[in-house]
Parts: sequence; C-alpha cells; structure tokens
Amino acid sequence: MSVWDDVVGQEEVVATLQHAVADPTAMTHAWLFTGPPGSGRSTAARAFAAALLCPQGGCGRCRECHTAIEGTHADVELVRTETVIIPVDSARDLVQLAGRRPSVGRFRIIVIEDADRLNESSGNALLKALEEPTSHTVWMLCAPSLEDVLITIRSRTRHVRLRTPSVSAVAELLVRRDGIAPEMAAHAARAAQSHIGLARRFARDDGARIRRHDAVTLTTRIRGVGDAVDAAADLVQIAEEERDAALVERHAEEKAKLLEMLGADPAARTQPVAVRSQISALEKEQKKRATRYLRDVVDRSLTDLMSVYRDALMVREEAGVPLVNEDARGTVTQLAQVFTAAGLLGCMDAIGTARARIEANVPPLLALEAMAISLQMPR
Amino acid sequence: MVRVTNPDETATIDVPRQVPPLVLIAGPEAVLAERALAQVIADVKVSSPEVEVLHQYTESYEPGAIAVATSPSLFGEETLLVVHDLDEAPEAMQTDLLEYLGAPEPDVTLVVMHKSGNRGKKVLDTLKKGKALRLGAPAMKSDRDKTDFATNEFRRLRRKATAGAVAALVQAVGKDPRELASACQQLVDDTTGVIDDEVVMRYHGGKVEATGFQVAEAAIAGQADEALRLWRHAAALGESPVPILAVLALQLRQLAKVGAAGRGRSADVARALKMAPWQVDKARRALQGWDGGGIGRSIQAVAQADFEVKGGGLGAGGRREPAYVLERCILEIVAERESAGRR
Repeated sequence: MSVWDDVVGQEEVVATLQHAVADPTAMTHAWLFTGPPGSGRSTAARAFAAALLCPQGGCGRCRECHTAIEGTHADVELVRTETVIIPVDSARDLVQLAGRRPSVGRFRIIVIEDADRLNESSGNALLKALEEPTSHTVWMLCAPSLEDVLITIRSRTRHVRLRTPSVSAVAELLVRRDGIAPEMAAHAARAAQSHIGLARRFARDDGARIRRHDAVTLTTRIRGVGDAVDAAADLVQIAEEERDAALVERHAEEKAKLLEMLGADPAARTQPVAVRSQISALEKEQKKRATRYLRDVVDRSLTDLMSVYRDALMVREEAGVPLVNEDARGTVTQLAQVFTAAGLLGCMDAIGTARARIEANVPPLLALEAMAISLQMPR
Repeated sequence: MVRVTNPDETATIDVPRQVPPLVLIAGPEAVLAERALAQVIADVKVSSPEVEVLHQYTESYEPGAIAVATSPSLFGEETLLVVHDLDEAPEAMQTDLLEYLGAPEPDVTLVVMHKSGNRGKKVLDTLKKGKALRLGAPAMKSDRDKTDFATNEFRRLRRKATAGAVAALVQAVGKDPRELASACQQLVDDTTGVIDDEVVMRYHGGKVEATGFQVAEAAIAGQADEALRLWRHAAALGESPVPILAVLALQLRQLAKVGAAGRGRSADVARALKMAPWQVDKARRALQGWDGGGIGRSIQAVAQADFEVKGGGLGAGGRREPAYVLERCILEIVAERESAGRR
C-alpha cells in the first residue's frame, strides 16, 4: 500500500514525483499539474503532498499520509472554488499563508485545485510568491491544460502532464476503491470516458445515468429549426434538473444552518435587517455557485454529445474500436448511416464551438440553439 | 384645471376649489403626484391664502411629529400637512396618522401621498372611510398615456400644440414623464405661437428613444436602415449591444417555435409553446418572408455576435468594437431574410 494507489494509469508521472520526494535536488517549489478533467490532477497533487510530508516518503498508512490526502493536514491548504473565478482577495490570503513556516511537517503545501479559475488579477497577485517562496513552501497548481493558466504562472512552475487513464484502469479503481460490481464499473468508466469522478457518479447514481442517456439520444430527433430550438431547451432543462438535484437541498440546508447560527426564527415572515444582509450574502454566493454548476453540467453533456458523434464516426469508418456509448448503439448507428464522415466532423466542430461560446459567457440556451441547428439530420 | 383620474372609478373628475380636510394622492407616477399636490396646495390657498404648508418625510420622521404639526396654533392659522411616501412609512408614523384620523382638527388639511403596495393599508382604509378626496397618479406606460399627458401639459400651460407636435415630442423624449414635462415647459417658454411638429423637430430633431425591442423588430422585419438607425440612437444613449442581442435571440427563438408549430388556433399554439397569444400572432406576422433555414442561420449569427461582443475568440490584447459586431449581425439577419424571400 502507498499514497500513489489512487493515482491510476499515470506511471511516468508517479515515477517523476517519487523521484522528487526521494532526491532533494530533483525537488522544486512550484508544480503545475495538467491533464483532462477527471484524470486525477488533484488526486495526484494530494498524493504528492502526502508523500512529501510522510516520514517514509508516502507509506499511505501513517497519520501524515491520511490527513494530507483527506485535506485536514495542518500544513496542507487545499484551495477549490465553487464559483466561476477565484477572486483576488483569496489569492492575497494565500500569499500571506505561503509566507508562514509549516507548523508540524517539513513543508507548507498549497494546492490550488482549479488554477484555471484564477483570473488575471488573482493570478498576478500570486506571481511574486510563486517565484520566490520561502524555503519551506511548495505550490501545486492544477489545471486542465497549460493554456488555461497565465503565461507568467506557467513560466514559474514545473509542469507535470497527466494523461487520460485507460478505461480498464478506471474500472479497476472503481471496483477496488468503491466496491462497485465489475460490469457496472466497466460500463460507467466507458460512459464517463475515463473521467474518474464522473464514472463513480454514473456507477452509483441511476438518475445521472438516465439524464446522460436522454441527452445523448435526443440528437436523432433534430430534423428542423423548430426541433433544434426544442432540443436546446431540453438540454438546458436536463442540466437544470441535474443542478437542482445537486444544489437545492444543500442550499436550503445552508440557509437553515445560517439562521440557526444567527439565532433567527426560521418561520418569521421578515427577518431583522442584520440577518437579512447575511442571508442575502449567502444567497448571492449560492447563486454564483448555481451558475457555475449549470455551466459545468452543460459542458459535460456536450462532451457526452461529442462522444456520440465520435462513436458514429468510428462505426462509419469501421475502425473496430470499442464504443463509448455502447448503451446507445441505436442512436450511434443511425447517425453513422445518415451523415457523411465530413458531416459528423462538422457536428463535432459545432459542439466544440458551443463549448467555447459558453465558456465566454454566451447564455447556454443561445449557444446550444446555434449548435443544435448545425446538428440537424440531413433529409 | 387639472384633470385627474380617480383610481377606483377610472372616471375623470375635476379638482374642486373647495378642498376637503382629507386628501389622498395615490399612484406611482411621481410627476402626476407632484402636479396633483401642487394643485391641491393652490386650491387651498384660494380660500385661505395664509395657510402654513408643512411636509413630513418618512426617513426623518420623529414619533409624535404629526401631532405637533396638527395641534391648533395660538394664532388660529390654518395648516396644510403633506405626508410623503406613506408606502415607506415607519410604524410610528402610521400609528400617529391613525391617531390623528381618529380625532381630526378643524383647521388642518391633511394630504397623504402613497405610491403603491400594501404598506400603510390601514391608514389608506381609514382615509377612504373618512371620505378623503382621492386623486390618482397612475403609471404612464403606453404612448397614449404619454400623449394624453403631454396634451394636458400644453393645456395647463395655456398653449396650443398640434397633435403632430405632441406625437413627435412623445417619440423624442417619451421615456421619462419628467423629461417629457420639462420638454413641454421648455417649448412653451422658448417659443411663441402654436407649437407644431416643425417646432418640435427644431428642438428635438432626429432624436429618437429606441429600445432593444424596436431594433430587433426592425431587423427581423428586414428593415436594415431602420434597425441600424434605431441602434445608433440607442448606442448614443449608452445602450449596450448585449441586451439587444438577447432580444434578437428571444424573438428568433419564438419565430422558430411558432413556425414549427404549424397552423392551428393561436390560443392553442400559445398554450402548447407557453407563450402569450399575442406573441404567437406577432410571430406569425413576422414569419412572412422567412424560412426555417434562414431563421436557423440568423440564430447562429446572433450566437456568434454574442460571443464576439463578450470578447470571445480573441487572443490576448485583441479588441473588437461591440457596436460594429451588432451592426454586422443585423445586416446578416436582414440578408438571410432577403435570400429567403427569393427562394
């Protein structure tokens, strides 16, 4: 057993990091982990943090290892945002933190799990501390790709590239770690395209699997502009359902907890002014979180849609590789029959454009409509 | 004489010279409320020129101030007390008012102003029971309301204005009633003789207050010149392209839905699409000269424009003028409609 067990399918990366733990000359103070979503960037960073703090270099059994991986270690700061950006104020707090000596271990480690959410000002606030931190501080930034972080941050960090783990490696992890039946694990890993977190969700949550299936199969319905507009509305609605399933309960709970903490009467029709301002601050935060969540869900369903067209292309070209959407083979074959190869590639292009547009703040419904219009089935 | 609307009976009545001891001015339109108040004060001054006019505002209200203001004066002067913004009144003010209404003073005229909403309902009800004179200040929404208002303004200022002049004025400065009122005043002060549309054009020539809806409608109707003209006006007044693109997307979306819904009674179609029947009728009229493909490409043009307006697709340091992105989008939509007409 070791801290590296959960870092699946990344042998080269693990070797590099182990070398850095063992040999002080191979170590540096700022690391940038990149890899596609779900490849285990933050898992790798946490494992690396645990290995650096563990007296045996990452045994996976001691207290240091456990607490570092769980995120409760006194010297490991995990930064993650649930909103669209990491604000500059949080970045400045991190700079302050980076200046302090570790309290128990060898290093003070700051892991920014979504460094791609740093905007220009918060990124710039970090530069100085990233370049010359105190000798005991180690920065670990995670982002989907090098292009997602400021070039000035890129040049101040050592780059570690994770690759997409194989379907079998992910399935094996689900079986081993989460006790999921092998057949379901294989199906979920394939449907999630090796996205580890997503695969676990599919394996455990029937609703998520059904929503995915709905999104994937609505493609063949689009035969005119009216259908396209409807399909876009459906996609947004599926995403909203998913968001509500995830957030509504949690938000209500948070509000109840806040009221309790402030000693306010939850049944009162109007709250005192001081309480109201606290509640509105919370609601603002929750609204931001909901925006981000909706966008993430839409983005994920676009990845799913893309996989259908990819499958159709594989079937059409008789490539003989396993399909991502084995459970939606009917849809895939139908698409492969009616579209030319160029047509399928055009569809994938349209999906990519929609993703870029949503990223740039275009309202999801409009971006999806424009995309669905390009996905119309040829007559 | 000011013609005002009674909020309950919606009939117009004339303010009498004899003002009753209780007056309620209700309605959200500040200009009309001010006018009504000024008229009430003027009317009271006809019968008692020495009247002392006092104002009570909600933010600075001290409990008991109403009793102080209304208590009989040593010199037996008459008092006119104006209570502003009953709809924002603190509890103390409402209790004090109710107390006064329980035992009104003979030499006091009380004017209560209420914009909208439920706050202060008890006071309102007591006023109504006390046979208060009710003057309305209803919100001005339609162009007709505004035209009536402007016509009244000119009548009040004792000047003749042609119907064309009033219409042109409403089109030019109709967004805010207060601005409309001061524009009327300015025309009366600065010109002589009958105010006709030529005079209005001299003062407000070419100024048009355009909304996103007007721009979008013109673009979808294929009127490139009109859409661009309205957009430039809107841009000159500080309008951003983003809401206009949102309106364009909304209207094109409705066209696509209504177009795909086929024939059938507009009420049924409206229910199926969760739209209002008038929206369906309007979309059907706008659909003349469009085809599905054209609408589709127009939606895509709007999506691309929205992306570009928000700075998408540019490298670091890139810049694009959002106004021109919208103009190109309008031209693309008009071109789609034209080519659809030829097919």
